Amino acid sequence: MEPLDLELDDGEIELPTEPMRLNLGPSHPAMHGTVRIVVELSGETVTKADVQVGFLHRGFEKMCERGTFTQCFPYVDRLNYASPLLNNVGFALAVEKMLGVTVPVRCQYYRIILGELARICDHMVCSGAMCMELGAFTPFLYLCKAREMIWDIFEEETGARVTHSFGRVGGMAAPPTSDFKQAVRATLPAVLALVDDAEKLVVTNRIFLDRVDGVGIMSAAEAKALGWTGVCLRSTGVAYDVRKSHPYSGYDTVEFDVPVGSRGDCYDRFMCRSEEVRQSVRIIGQALALLPDDGPVNVDDPRIVLPPKDEVYSTIEGTIQHFKIVMEGIKVPAGECYSYTEAGNGELGFYIVSDGSGTPWRVRIRPPCFANTSGLAKLVTGAMIPDIVPCFGSINMIGGECDH
Amino acid sequence: MSHKVLEALVERFGAAIEETHAQFGDDTAVVAPAHWHEVALFLRDDPRCRMDMFVDLTCVDYLGRQEPRFEVVLHLRSCDKAQRVRLKARLDDAADGTAPALASVVDVWAGANWFERETYDMFGVRFEGHPDLRRILLYEEFVGHPLRKDYDAQKTQPLVAYRTGNVEKLLPFAADEGMPFGRQTHHRWRDVEATRPTPAETEAED
Repeated sequence: MEPLDLELDDGEIELPTEPMRLNLGPSHPAMHGTVRIVVELSGETVTKADVQVGFLHRGFEKMCERGTFTQCFPYVDRLNYASPLLNNVGFALAVEKMLGVTVPVRCQYYRIILGELARICDHMVCSGAMCMELGAFTPFLYLCKAREMIWDIFEEETGARVTHSFGRVGGMAAPPTSDFKQAVRATLPAVLALVDDAEKLVVTNRIFLDRVDGVGIMSAAEAKALGWTGVCLRSTGVAYDVRKSHPYSGYDTVEFDVPVGSRGDCYDRFMCRSEEVRQSVRIIGQALALLPDDGPVNVDDPRIVLPPKDEVYSTIEGTIQHFKIVMEGIKVPAGECYSYTEAGNGELGFYIVSDGSGTPWRVRIRPPCFANTSGLAKLVTGAMIPDIVPCFGSINMIGGECDH
Repeated sequence: MSHKVLEALVERFGAAIEETHAQFGDDTAVVAPAHWHEVALFLRDDPRCRMDMFVDLTCVDYLGRQEPRFEVVLHLRSCDKAQRVRLKARLDDAADGTAPALASVVDVWAGANWFERETYDMFGVRFEGHPDLRRILLYEEFVGHPLRKDYDAQKTQPLVAYRTGNVEKLLPFAADEGMPFGRQTHHRWRDVEATRPTPAETEAED
């Protein structure tokens, strides 16, 4: 059929159009309350996106410059509040690297077990929230139930459910409780069963697959240049896991696989997280067998570790030692170091500059999800509006960490 | 471990590499600021280095400890060779007080974008050639750069007035006569704003 208005110019047929701007967040249920994404649309396709972070900025780095090294622990807890124990250990390892001390074997495996439990929590929160944002509410409830079981262990061990502040330079705040091994062994099968149940609900679900499969694709080279780490990088096929590539804290003595994706889409990121939960369970199983039942947890160095409380109250040496560490802080040799560990989202780095006093001159955190989130604009440009939600969910952006 | 990278750098750039050392096992090269971009490109493309992974970019203020006072610190990693290197450039405020400037490496590693914005936000270091250098964690009206050592931790910032009138002209898309955010309600809202007393007027009434 021929066009009706043959004599009209092209310009007159075309209606003048302007790009439409849409504002997502920061008050949006799928934006986790801390991110604003301004997108420019052509129809329903995103032509331009600007991701704005910083709504949860609390001046973490400035605060760390005001106290002692030990006083940084509560702050690092609040960076990635989905897996605070991993942050604790990451910071402790950075200071220990400068001090040149290595914690006893018992502490190393204790850190591995607590850290892997925290990683399981982190991945479950991310996967659960991602499902929920796509309309699948039940997996979120299942995974929260599983997280609750792990939190019970944390509560028993550390006394707190969320922000534990349990790490210390040169050890941990307390040794494992007597029924720690038993509790972990009893809990893990129940957690795995719930993870399986939650996963079964979505991975064969057509609605879920349509939203994540082939959506938000990132190539390996781009991901590396963007500084992506952790699950996001591994989903593109790069098998970079700090625990394998640069083993620390006894990770070289346990066996585990590094799951990688093939396409780098939301589906790969989701499945990598699921598999990592299982690998973490595998690591915990081995570490439980290797964890000695007795022996010291802290390094034997009175300049670093606080003396036992009864000594503080009954001997002058203990009192002085306690006073020196609390009032002056641990004297860290002058210099700078970059220490990195595998946190829930990827490589968590601490770049610490010390001037030789008990107060850090500069504590720089390299938050994994800051780099990951910076790639979000790239992921959603060219996608549709509904694709923004799974892309954002699969990045696992944690506000406290991303915004420092 | 990656001392070969440092050797390659010294061999290629000679005097532009001011210093190399390895403290706590971290290999470091201090680069003359003028050669920052060149060295970055070399590190990415040279077969001996292959630093394809951007890790971190930040700054340290050594006020009163060291001249020049700022050190921009870049961490890189090579996925092929599993080696890491740290680059540093030492900078200072200009004599008239303007903030230091350094070449941007966003065109070398895309990931540097947000990290350079953050360094600008916190220290005021301007990255020349950055496609979109604006504050990232703080807001536009923030005065000063808080991670500088001469920024008092107790300092408070004035409250920011409501952003009136130019809502649709906010960055990043700048001045634009396109569709406003609020559609029909937008204009009504602006009328309300116009009748609201400004902070100065409120003070005068008190």
